[in-house]
Amino acid sequence: MPYSDKVVDHYSNPRNVGSLDKKDPSVGTGIVGAPECGDVMKLQIKVDERGIIEDAKFKTFGCGSAIASSSLATEWLKGKTLDEAQEIKNTQIVEELNLPPVKIHCSVLAEDAIKTALDDYREKKGLPLAERKKH
Amino acid sequence: MSLKFPIYMDYQATTPADPRVVEAMLPYFGEKFGNAASRNHSFGWEAEKAVDTAREQIAAVIGADPREIVFTSGATESDNMALKGVAEMYKSKGKHVVTSAIEHKAIIDSAKRLETWGFDVTYIEPPTDGITTAGMVRERLRDDTILVSIMAANNEVGVLNEVKEIGQLCRERGVLFHTDATQGYGKVPMNVDDMCIDLLSMSAHKIYGPKGIGALYVRRRKPRVRLAALIDGGGHERGMRSGTLNVTGIVGFGKAAELCARELEEETIRLVNLREKFKSIIFESLDEVYVNGHETKRLPGNLNVSFPYVEGESLIMGLKDVAVSSGSACTSASLEPSYVLKAMGRGDELAHSSIRFGLGRFTTEEEIEYVAEKTTEIVKRLREMSPLYEMVKEGVDLSKVEWQHH
Repeated sequence: MPYSDKVVDHYSNPRNVGSLDKKDPSVGTGIVGAPECGDVMKLQIKVDERGIIEDAKFKTFGCGSAIASSSLATEWLKGKTLDEAQEIKNTQIVEELNLPPVKIHCSVLAEDAIKTALDDYREKKGLPLAERKKH
Repeated sequence: MSLKFPIYMDYQATTPADPRVVEAMLPYFGEKFGNAASRNHSFGWEAEKAVDTAREQIAAVIGADPREIVFTSGATESDNMALKGVAEMYKSKGKHVVTSAIEHKAIIDSAKRLETWGFDVTYIEPPTDGITTAGMVRERLRDDTILVSIMAANNEVGVLNEVKEIGQLCRERGVLFHTDATQGYGKVPMNVDDMCIDLLSMSAHKIYGPKGIGALYVRRRKPRVRLAALIDGGGHERGMRSGTLNVTGIVGFGKAAELCARELEEETIRLVNLREKFKSIIFESLDEVYVNGHETKRLPGNLNVSFPYVEGESLIMGLKDVAVSSGSACTSASLEPSYVLKAMGRGDELAHSSIRFGLGRFTTEEEIEYVAEKTTEIVKRLREMSPLYEMVKEGVDLSKVEWQHH
């Protein structure tokens, strides 16, 4: 299957690969997917005192589109407030990376990873969780 | 010698026609265009003679009589013909068939069709080494079993089944034995008499012949196997498969068979050496690598490897100048990992992490070194990116993690 140039770019030069200390109270971690399904994403955010995401890291087990979706997500997260981050939609990822229909689940997973990381941070801080729609 | 890209390492999918095969075929596109069934003129006789020669070449590879070769469009048709043809012809004798869960889809789906016809099919699930033994077949035979169909060599993991022992068992029990030898024919020594094979499927394009031509070996004596035809018409191939013979394809198939038989021994040694070299490079540079299927009882040109914590499609994406095949069918809409690896009891995650490297006649040592080193480099890079690899390194037992299934 031909990949879009953007997917190839993120796959070849992934942004923000790595890990943050998940015990750090300013870090939110989201791990979604399952090995037997062929996709696992770990996405982490580090939030400063003003409530702005100052750093984001990911590690992904999955196809090129899954790697690209999570790499793109970390790029988009940096500099956003929690509320702004909450608004990132999988359809925006699909559009930006030009994902074919069989790869839409990769973007869904990335959105889920973002929301899970945000929830984890809010829970640590005792903040109310944002409402989640079910996929 | 310099490398030429892309490198083809998917020889179990198909093979290029050998230039000697192409050369043998050429006259039959042009001046020797006759219909082998034309009995009244020299054009027909010439074509018939060419078909007879090919039939001999193809039969000789498996120690068969040329009259026992029935030409088809390929192994898928041969498999369909064997299962459905036997079922239809012998249904009054019994309605039970034994096969395995890791057969090619041409067998599995034909068997499923038989189930809709009221047959009972038993699917053997081989253990992790992938080998189906005579013992496994014996346990499943019943008084009403009419056919056992077990492949000679598996297309994904390359393992060689106990064909001879299964054949002998079936002969003793008076059950017909079919083997799908699409991958084994011309690659490993086979003899229909020694191995007590009653029906055997072959395909030309897996042995450096053209696509679109195959054959089914159908035993004529002790026992004489009878088949109901799938395709009716002019009564070609002793009524078993009607349709004007693909003379050009048949000539190519014959030549390909002859070359395989002649070079089998030498080629086996060469390929096993290349395969072992490949294996040693990746095993020396990577931790946790698994060969799927038995280590040595396998096709000389097949190596199916799981690279845990790395997803197969992402690995293939990195190997962009190499043509290999993944055990993960993530590219299809189903998102299902290989049913072969699953049936062998490899966990789904290992199935998602597997790659089939298929070596063949035109594979060189330089290609082996390049692909093995490139694979190692990409696996290392992807593992650095893999949350699973990180968790395992931290001492997490992945099987105990509660994953969020989608």
